[in-house]
Amino acid sequence: MAFLEIRNLRKSYGRAQILKEINLSVEKGEILGLIGPTGSGKSTLLRLIDLLEEPSRGAIILEGRAVSGRSEKERIAARRRMAMVFQKPVMFKSNVLDNVTFGLMVRGEGQAEEREEKARAALQAVGLSGYESRDANTLSGGEMQRIALARAIVLEPELLLLDEPTANLDPRSASAIDSLLQSLAGGRTAVILATHNMMQCRNLADKVAVLVEGRITALGESEAVLGQEERSATSGWKVPGFDLPW
Amino acid sequence: MEEIWNGILRAVELIVTLNPEVMEITARSLFISFTAVFLAAIIDIPLGGLIELRKFRGKRALVDLIQTLYGLPTVTVGLLVFLLLSRSGPFGSLELLYTPTGMVIGQMILISPILIGLTISALRGVSPHIRDTAISLGADESQVIRTIIKEARFAVIAAVLIGFGRALSEVGVAMMIGGNIRDYTRVLTTSIALQTSMGNLETSMALGIILIGISMILNLSLSRFQGR
Amino acid sequence: MLSKGLLMQRNLRISMFLIALITVSAALSAADEGRLKIATTSSLYDTGLLESIVDQFIEKNDATVQIPSHGGTGIAIAAGQKGDVDLLIVHDKAREVNFIEEGDGLERRCFAYNYFYIVGPDDDPAGVSGLNASQAFKSIMESGLSNPNQVKFITRGDLSGTHSKEQSLWKAAGYDYSAVNTSGPWYVDAGSPMGATLIMANEKSAYTLTDMSTFMAYKGNLTLVPLIEGGDELLNVYSAIAINPEKHPGVNCQLANQFIDYLVSPECQEIIGTYGQEQYGKPLFFKGEGNCEVMGCSAEECVVPTQAGCAQA
Repeated sequence: MAFLEIRNLRKSYGRAQILKEINLSVEKGEILGLIGPTGSGKSTLLRLIDLLEEPSRGAIILEGRAVSGRSEKERIAARRRMAMVFQKPVMFKSNVLDNVTFGLMVRGEGQAEEREEKARAALQAVGLSGYESRDANTLSGGEMQRIALARAIVLEPELLLLDEPTANLDPRSASAIDSLLQSLAGGRTAVILATHNMMQCRNLADKVAVLVEGRITALGESEAVLGQEERSATSGWKVPGFDLPW
Repeated sequence: MEEIWNGILRAVELIVTLNPEVMEITARSLFISFTAVFLAAIIDIPLGGLIELRKFRGKRALVDLIQTLYGLPTVTVGLLVFLLLSRSGPFGSLELLYTPTGMVIGQMILISPILIGLTISALRGVSPHIRDTAISLGADESQVIRTIIKEARFAVIAAVLIGFGRALSEVGVAMMIGGNIRDYTRVLTTSIALQTSMGNLETSMALGIILIGISMILNLSLSRFQGR
Repeated sequence: MLSKGLLMQRNLRISMFLIALITVSAALSAADEGRLKIATTSSLYDTGLLESIVDQFIEKNDATVQIPSHGGTGIAIAAGQKGDVDLLIVHDKAREVNFIEEGDGLERRCFAYNYFYIVGPDDDPAGVSGLNASQAFKSIMESGLSNPNQVKFITRGDLSGTHSKEQSLWKAAGYDYSAVNTSGPWYVDAGSPMGATLIMANEKSAYTLTDMSTFMAYKGNLTLVPLIEGGDELLNVYSAIAINPEKHPGVNCQLANQFIDYLVSPECQEIIGTYGQEQYGKPLFFKGEGNCEVMGCSAEECVVPTQAGCAQA
């Protein structure tokens, strides 16, 4: 039984079918890379997994139990086992510490001091020690992205969903985050990493799914899927070894 | 014109000498309106949050109705509440007519559309991504509402100040429910009405200036909150 | 498109038209000769009597009559003192006399009267029924002091004609008003117009002094009853005073005098004497004609045409 299973997932908005028949699975400790052009549905897929929206058809299954299509209470319980970092994260109107401890506060976990401790550790892990009392909305895009990541990992989630987590980072910070992600997955976290960056995908992901126009066109071990070609363009996909009918 | 200038002088005189009657009336005005806005805010801000953040049928019509009620004539609210609190009305036995408590209730009803409606507007000004972020970090419905209200806190505080201003300067409710009873329910606005009907235009002007002065202070605080 | 020359011509014509329009309307509004402004008290105004009289007057005289002030006696007198109106119709002899002495008014003409009522709860806890007005007040005060939960008095507290009458009654009862005013919770100072005061007295089952006409108008909604309905002490005399053009140039003295002359005319007196018969079952006013003694008005000021001319300074 896979930790996370996505079964026959479909999502439409009115007439537009964004996701068509998605089948995926992720294990604990595994990093699944989700790669594809802009508009292919990567963000939508992550939102559905995070239960921010309901699928039109199909199910999201966590540890053998369907979590989509359930009551609000159960959805909240399932969400609290996951954490998501959005593509362009927004900060709450407060300081960095409040932002990072938000998830802990909302779960009512521990005392203020414990939460602060954990937050500091998370900030250190993303390379932003000392940022605690800064106004989160005055930070640069890259800093915000790292805060958002800290906000997620501080919760020690079982499933981590990342939408382009290093898109705004300089190469040095990006590679630091890559190492962090690797160490996380080495633990008990299942990670889904949506990215444009083929190199990052190849370096980090154990498994890769290629998403094109809402459909998974390739799925397998990252080396096999990505091949030798380094391409990080966001359009004009061509995956070596697989000819696309369209 | 003379009255205006003399009114200003008289206002200064009343304030500087700490005229006891004026002080008492002013304190009562502030107390009644402050209590009204405080109690109303406790109910209306979360209510605004619920209305804005939940999906339900007729939501648009409800919000339209609330916004229409912003400009409720104060005498109409006064009349409505009077009919409720009168001895011959449903809540007559509570004996709230012609009491400060009755006035608080009347003003609460008067300003609730403003508090609810402006809270809704304030929350609409918050990025929808905030909601998604909060939810994805595990917040339940009431936590999401609280988070978004907190994000919009300056606009919400502005709404409260506006409500306070309206309560303070209204006369319809104060007159009909309070009855302008000396030493008991007499406030700035009803005093102004009384002084005017007596022909004491300078005193009336002076009280008006005091009321305007308080409103000015309120509005200055308001700009600070809105400016941020 | 119009050529430049034609455009200018057109603009010029439009401008001249606008200027003419503005001048004419300014001229029209400046023509106050046909306009009379009256200040009166709410107790008289609210009965609608004045409007009936005004309607007749307008028919006969092709004039415009407006009643911009119909609040308390105080504000009416203030309007007269500032020359904002041309005619005063009020019911407070002391202040009327003072008004004329100060040179603000020309002469006083009594033209109608009625009575105040002392109204209260029908179980009459202070036992005023059958007493005269000042005795009643005494009784109310004494009962009120010893039993403020049972016996209350609501005052308008607004220096209106009614309030002035009330104060004179306390004096006649032997009390100093400032003592009454502060003697205890039985005496409630409402600072309100007559209607609101009646409603409050109704809610609190209290006594109050009211003019007859307002009471009749509100009677249907009240459980209060009139306990004392007449007597000299409760006399309520209405007078008209034209504003003095010497002190306040620009007032329409001519039209004011014309109106007063109409008020005292037999035709108008008849209207006054029968007004309200149909709606209330009895008239709300007594005509002044033939009742000068009752009203306490001297022959010179009782229902006779105006004497003072409108000579300006």
